[in-house]
Amino acid sequence: MSVTLLIEQLINGLQLGTMLFLMASGLTLVFGVMGLINLAHGSFYMVGAYVTALTTASTGSFLLGLAAGVLAAAAAGAIVELLVIRRLYGRQHLDQVLATFALILIFSEGTRWLFGSSPLWLSPPEALSGSVALPGGARYPVYRLVIIAVGVAVAAGLYLLIAHTRLGMRIRAGESDREMIGALGVNIRRLYTLVFALGAALAGLAGSLVGALQAVQVGMGEPVLILAFVVIVIGGIGSIKGALLGALLVGLVETLGRVLLPALFGQFMAPSEAAGAGTALAAMLIYILMAVILAFKPQGLFAAHD
Amino acid sequence: MTRPHLSPPHSPAAATPAGPRRWLDRQRLVHSALLALMLLAPVAAHLLGEVYYVNLASRIALVAMAAVGLNLAIGFGGMISFGHAAYFGLGGYVAGISAYHAFDGSLMMGLPGSDDMRVIWLAAVLLCGLLALAIGAISLRTTGVYFIMITLAFAQMVYYFATSWPDYGGEDGLPIYLRNSLPGVDTQDALSFFLICFAGLVLSLALTSRLMKSRFGAALTMARLNETRLATAGISPFPIRLVAFVISAMITGLAGALYADLNGFVSPSMLSWHLSGELMVIVILGGVGRLFGPLAGAILFVMMETLLGGLTEYWTFFLGLVLLGVVLFARQGVIGWLAGSERHG
Repeated sequence: MSVTLLIEQLINGLQLGTMLFLMASGLTLVFGVMGLINLAHGSFYMVGAYVTALTTASTGSFLLGLAAGVLAAAAAGAIVELLVIRRLYGRQHLDQVLATFALILIFSEGTRWLFGSSPLWLSPPEALSGSVALPGGARYPVYRLVIIAVGVAVAAGLYLLIAHTRLGMRIRAGESDREMIGALGVNIRRLYTLVFALGAALAGLAGSLVGALQAVQVGMGEPVLILAFVVIVIGGIGSIKGALLGALLVGLVETLGRVLLPALFGQFMAPSEAAGAGTALAAMLIYILMAVILAFKPQGLFAAHD
Repeated sequence: MTRPHLSPPHSPAAATPAGPRRWLDRQRLVHSALLALMLLAPVAAHLLGEVYYVNLASRIALVAMAAVGLNLAIGFGGMISFGHAAYFGLGGYVAGISAYHAFDGSLMMGLPGSDDMRVIWLAAVLLCGLLALAIGAISLRTTGVYFIMITLAFAQMVYYFATSWPDYGGEDGLPIYLRNSLPGVDTQDALSFFLICFAGLVLSLALTSRLMKSRFGAALTMARLNETRLATAGISPFPIRLVAFVISAMITGLAGALYADLNGFVSPSMLSWHLSGELMVIVILGGVGRLFGPLAGAILFVMMETLLGGLTEYWTFFLGLVLLGVVLFARQGVIGWLAGSERHG
């Protein structure tokens, strides 16, 4: 186990963490403000990636593709909110789970219908396709570092938006007492649509950015969605701060576990067995982490709601 | 369920007084008709030599049985488990792994495999019960959205474990070359195997019915409706819920063991969260918390899959639309529509 590899995996973990934060912050915002559990959040991730891949392929500009992807995800979010989600706010969680599960089926099969089962490919822009030297001598792709930077910038922007703008004030007010802000004359329905579209845009941004690293295909949002669920359960549902901390924790544990555990098991097991047992345990590690955290704090690390 | 419901003025239920002892009420008729259909259709298919339809009926019976288990948690216990695929898949893997070791005579952690269905069923039920005890003990500390997400996450943990553990096929799954055996029954015969599945379904329905009529069922209902009131009566809600959750998982796990035998194959897809979602969909389509809801839902679901799937490759798109319509506009499900609202008494 070289230090270089460790540093490399550490940065990979940070990159996964920032992407998870983009997904989890939207989920947790929607739950915090509207009390809605949204399984279809991964579909906006997929919409972002598809639109970015298609736009980039036809215009040749990744930046244009990125903008189109984020806007398309936000638009998809707004439309879904107006047509479906709006009817679910007062409903039981079971209804919300099923309706948004239905949305996943519609989005996934609809996308497969339109674009087929074979994945689309999206490459990072030329300017960012190089690599930089890490301490220790290994080369690391610039694009992944840019993703981390974008994630950090978005986190800072989200903080400014929520803590220091009028919209953010309304979002916070909506979290603590939605009837009161309605009575004070805030257009609640428009606020909800806005928050939902904002969450969808963040998911779309994550999908667009990650789309350049992996295949853009149907179902790509689902593994990320489930990791994002683990993140917000660990962080405390409804808490942005919890989402940030949870995302970094899950990103690092997931990435480092896959490298370190097989190596650790190799110390006292035969190599073939160590690889099997290590990989299996690494795959389960974040869920074990979640179980341990919940055993001590059933509401997550930063519970925003009961 | 708990919502007040007005019967339409011309329905038979409203025309006659709803006495508790009436033998021929609408709900009972619908239940009997569903069971009779479920039993007679495959027998007819067998007589016509249509093995495909007999196997389709076995599939419906097993999916319904798995959903009966889930309905005990969701419908009767109010525990929205989004992770019942874990038990369905574990049951399947018990059947697969046991047959695998029986086939080549090797040992598994010192135990021999077996291709006797009775051994497999017992092992599947016990292991699913243990897994549900562990998952339930942690998950039931939480409520609401947390519970939904935690059960989902634990099921994913089992899923990833199965995909990354190479000994039993990993992502590729594990074939069962020869269907497991049951003394006195030719399990290779499609109709005989269907009858085993049907018996399992009827038993799980009977168990749920007995359970919900017992003191335990009353306590479970109260744990769902008003936890504080149950606690005031001196009964702690947590053990009641946990026991119901474990029984629910056992029923689903047994269905999974049979399902692996039906397909002659078990793979991580039996553990996937799509399957958890589909089981929930079946419970909802049929009618939440209604004894025969899962059966009605399973018939509708598998028929839609078969018929729509024959018409278009993209049938889940239309399943999504139907499901969305049911959740938004028709919350009583098929049973509510066929048999009217639930009778109490």
